[in-house]
Amino acid sequence: MAKVIMNMITQRSIEEGAAMEQGKTNPNYFDACSICEINPEDMKKLGIWKNTNVRVTSECGSVIVKAIEPSQYCPPGLAHIRQGVWANQVVPPRTQSTGTPQYSGFPVTIEPAINEKLKTALELVQGSVGLWKGGQ
Amino acid sequence: MAEIIVKGGFVIDPTRKIDGDVGDVAIKDGKIVDKVSSSAKVIDAKGKVVMAGGVDVHAHVAGPKVNVGRLYRPEDKLLSGFCRSAMAQKNGYRMESGFSIPSTFKTGYDYARMGYGFVMEAAMPPIHSPHVHEEIHDTPIIDEAALPVFGNNWFVMDYLKKGEVENTASYIAWLLKATKGYGVKVVNPGGTAAWGWGLNCVSLDDPVPYFEITPREIIKGLIEANEYLGLPHSMHVHQNDLGNPGNYKGTIDSLKISEGVKPKNKFGREQVMHSTHLQFHSYGGTGWGDFESKAKEVMDYVNKNKALTVDTGNVTLDETTTMTADGPFEHHLQGLNHLKWCNVDVEMETAAGVVPYVYDPNIKVCDIQWAIGLELALYAKDMNRIFITTDHPNAGPFTRYPRVMKWLMSRKARESVLNSFKHKDKVIAATTLHQIDRELTLFEIAQMTRSGPAKCLGMSNIYGGLAPGMSADVAVFDLNYKNMPSDPDMIEKAFQRAACFIKSGEVVVKDGEVVSNGHKKTVWVNVNMPENPQVKRDITQSFTKDYTVQLENYSVKDYLAPHPFVINVDVEA
Amino acid sequence: MPKLITGVGCPYCGSSCDDLEVLISDDETKVLEVHNACIIGNNLFHHANDPTRPRLPRQRQPDGSMKEIPYEEAIDYFAKTLLAAKKPLIYGFGSTNCEGMSAVGRIAEKAGAVLDNCATICHGPSFLAMFDNGYPSCTLGEAKNRADVVVFWGCNPMHAHPRHTSRYSIFPRGYFTGKGQMARTVLSIDPRETDTAKLADVHLMLDQGHDYELFDAFRTVLRGHDIPDKVAGIDKETIIKAVDIMKKARFCMIFFGMGCTHTDGRNHNIDAAISLTRDLNDHTKCSIMAMRGHYNIAGPGQVWSWQFGFPYCIDLSKGTHAHMNPGETSSIDLAMRDEVDCFVNVGADAGAHFPIQAVQHLKKHPFIAVDPNFCMASEIADLHIPVRIAGVDEPGVVYRMDNVPIQFKAVLKGLPGVPSDEELFDRVYERMCELTLTQPIWLAAKEHRKYPHNTNPMVS
Repeated sequence: MAKVIMNMITQRSIEEGAAMEQGKTNPNYFDACSICEINPEDMKKLGIWKNTNVRVTSECGSVIVKAIEPSQYCPPGLAHIRQGVWANQVVPPRTQSTGTPQYSGFPVTIEPAINEKLKTALELVQGSVGLWKGGQ
Repeated sequence: MAEIIVKGGFVIDPTRKIDGDVGDVAIKDGKIVDKVSSSAKVIDAKGKVVMAGGVDVHAHVAGPKVNVGRLYRPEDKLLSGFCRSAMAQKNGYRMESGFSIPSTFKTGYDYARMGYGFVMEAAMPPIHSPHVHEEIHDTPIIDEAALPVFGNNWFVMDYLKKGEVENTASYIAWLLKATKGYGVKVVNPGGTAAWGWGLNCVSLDDPVPYFEITPREIIKGLIEANEYLGLPHSMHVHQNDLGNPGNYKGTIDSLKISEGVKPKNKFGREQVMHSTHLQFHSYGGTGWGDFESKAKEVMDYVNKNKALTVDTGNVTLDETTTMTADGPFEHHLQGLNHLKWCNVDVEMETAAGVVPYVYDPNIKVCDIQWAIGLELALYAKDMNRIFITTDHPNAGPFTRYPRVMKWLMSRKARESVLNSFKHKDKVIAATTLHQIDRELTLFEIAQMTRSGPAKCLGMSNIYGGLAPGMSADVAVFDLNYKNMPSDPDMIEKAFQRAACFIKSGEVVVKDGEVVSNGHKKTVWVNVNMPENPQVKRDITQSFTKDYTVQLENYSVKDYLAPHPFVINVDVEA
Repeated sequence: MPKLITGVGCPYCGSSCDDLEVLISDDETKVLEVHNACIIGNNLFHHANDPTRPRLPRQRQPDGSMKEIPYEEAIDYFAKTLLAAKKPLIYGFGSTNCEGMSAVGRIAEKAGAVLDNCATICHGPSFLAMFDNGYPSCTLGEAKNRADVVVFWGCNPMHAHPRHTSRYSIFPRGYFTGKGQMARTVLSIDPRETDTAKLADVHLMLDQGHDYELFDAFRTVLRGHDIPDKVAGIDKETIIKAVDIMKKARFCMIFFGMGCTHTDGRNHNIDAAISLTRDLNDHTKCSIMAMRGHYNIAGPGQVWSWQFGFPYCIDLSKGTHAHMNPGETSSIDLAMRDEVDCFVNVGADAGAHFPIQAVQHLKKHPFIAVDPNFCMASEIADLHIPVRIAGVDEPGVVYRMDNVPIQFKAVLKGLPGVPSDEELFDRVYERMCELTLTQPIWLAAKEHRKYPHNTNPMVS
């Protein structure tokens, strides 16, 4: 299975903002934020088509997101998960003593996860703290 | 309602020419009265000096640049000086913090500890007026007002260029209402507008880029507009070329602009121009090498011209924070001391700059500045026309006012400081302080900190005195008029912590400590005049095209000044 | 008859647009149309109509479900929890009004809490740089009226502040910029070709995380010295050209964002940016501005600075004085080191926007969420207290990204019984005072608290 090490950034996007204001349990938020923008060259290295699920693993966690072609060009080697619930599953909390976590510019390993399902926002957050009861 | 009698103190009240007579001050329902019943609470002031609450005519205590100062100087909180050690909230008072830029709570408490009852926020950028009022209502005990700035305002420059004084006056009236402001403040006229492009106006006849109006024309026009309206306070000016060697000539030229204009108002005000922190504008020499005091020359002129009032702007030789709407000056200062520099240019209206500064007693220039501030007061003939300030926090924190009073009242104290200077001889050569024997009396101090400023602000019927009808702001100091301490530090100590301070008829300080959060008021001036359709149209147009906020969101809402004291001014058509 | 309310402020991003017009139903309970807002603002206002908006506090039960409880009970739990905690952390305040921030200051002081806001994970590094280097800035109107060169460094307003470029930075025809975009040169420095970069005249697509070197290279060129052939992935010629554009501007405006604050170097990136601005002031007029994320995230920085002297990461647990030390007293670090024993999330969503490990640490203790809507924090909280939406059904003062205060309106009548943040915190404060047998400290400003839409009687 192809694994690629990439540099991850997590930033705002209008799709994320617009969806967030409809509620984080809204399907639009799911669609907007459970994605990872990866340059087509890197997708080739991974051996996947666009819109395929991938596993993104950082030094502190792992998440399944859907790999899509960037709506704003990412150079090869740079991946982008829009800020939000999925991104924060992997953002390292180290702050370089400033208080601010490493939201952008951290190494991740990305590998195809074709058969794995995306989790909902509630499942991810509640699941991380032992409150997930199943359902939506 | 509450009756108090302050019994048996040495009353010092320049408004009634009382200088040390033993007497009582009767208070009822927040005002001074002739007499009270026998059930009045007694404050024993025997052997102590009794004065009205202090009036600070110029301090930067509330607003965006003050807050930038607080925000970007965490180190100012490190050694907070008089910070109380008791647990906040457990003792009934809010936490205090900050030395040169105290928090709003500390500001209120510290002024009250010194027996001050009214403070004028020196410069309010109009678009930031909701911010200023938020800080004002978070400052306990003391009454406050704020002066919006006009000297670099685009409307003002446009109208005055065309000689339209009446339109300028209408605009001022509108802005005072919109910002709940008190009067007309002018800072570095024209120069701060030029700073929008990184430039400045250093002389009275330097035209402002694009607007092509000169500082001289701005000053003159605003004096005229102020008198047209008959506002309680006069035009209040921070002249061009602040802080530069040799600027005293330009200062005197600016002061001369007041000649020939008669004060017109119903508030007892007799001046048409108040020149602020004069110390920074009384410099001789051509550079830092031959920097010298020109306080005598400046005061010679001020003494002659009764249409002027001034405040000193005394340097206190502390590490402090400079902050002023004189944006170009602050840029210049950061070029000198290379410390951190904040700047905010405010659309259509003004600018501000903030730079920390250390008035190091080992530096000759700082020592000369210190001397100049004192010389100004010591050369003054009419103590009702010159007031004690430190342009807080620019020349020093307001908590140093008692120290300034000590220096003015005691040659020994001044000499002690002079003798401590590394470059004492150079300082003596560049100033005249060493030759001055004069020591101010308590009466003169009361004029400089009570009756004088109150009259200058057009509020002599409310503050600054102990006559019946005035606000019951009464300060008792642990000083025996008949037996003044030989150690001048005791003077400073007495004024630093009032033995008792009553504000609006409520005891707020006892034995130097705060005992109540008081009931402060926000004072502002409401001008009633016929509507001016031209000005109204110009304002609407400007907000639509040039401003980035809506006109309907600009005026300060009433709830932001929850306890207003409004002074009405009616202007005939 | 539907009513049109003009001059409405939008409570989303730091642009704090106050030119919205909202058409509301006759009974003032529903938003019908929103004009002039971007899609995000539009969604925000319409979301206020959501019939599932919570109207009562919800408390987590032992079986993990949430049960509605009356406000009195929630306020009592809130007060008791804060008092019982040795070092509670109260965080958020991106989306509240200043009145709420002021009210929470009283509570934090009484509880000996740490008071922190979203800047701690956002523009905190900008504050750290300001503490060392200052902040030569201006209001947005100055940029609109004067700027002929606009630099977007590590920020993407087309996505994060959608109307910023139309109202302030690229398109508007200002007093001295009558030709609008035609007379502006726009530079974008960003590791991706963002939609903002597409609008720019020059896009420097630097190597991600190497902003510091590039700022330094800009300064070096400006001071007339030589630089290597390539810095941060950008060619020397491109750098020289960019510096030349900035130097020859009449008014150069630099906007910066998370690209500089979230990446390696954090505050050092901003420090370099501020130094560059100061250097440029030797050649021309130059100002810099942080693109603050929320419509009122500048608010707590302002309010707490005048109340406590610090803009964020304020540790009040000593009781005698406030103490700030980002890295030590910052929310994420406190969470990761388990140094707090209670967490209150107000007007923000730590559940979604903190790295999940920090959330896991915080969840070891009582976790309270104050929010008008359901969000990730509310769905993991032990107690969720709904309040009115500032800017929609609660008015108040708001500080735009350039620190200009704007008095936002309420356009809707609030949900019956739902208090504002301010009212909620004041009631919690009163309860805390009751429980500790102390008097609440109201300054004169708070003696008459009036909430016109709320029908709940005050706690007496």
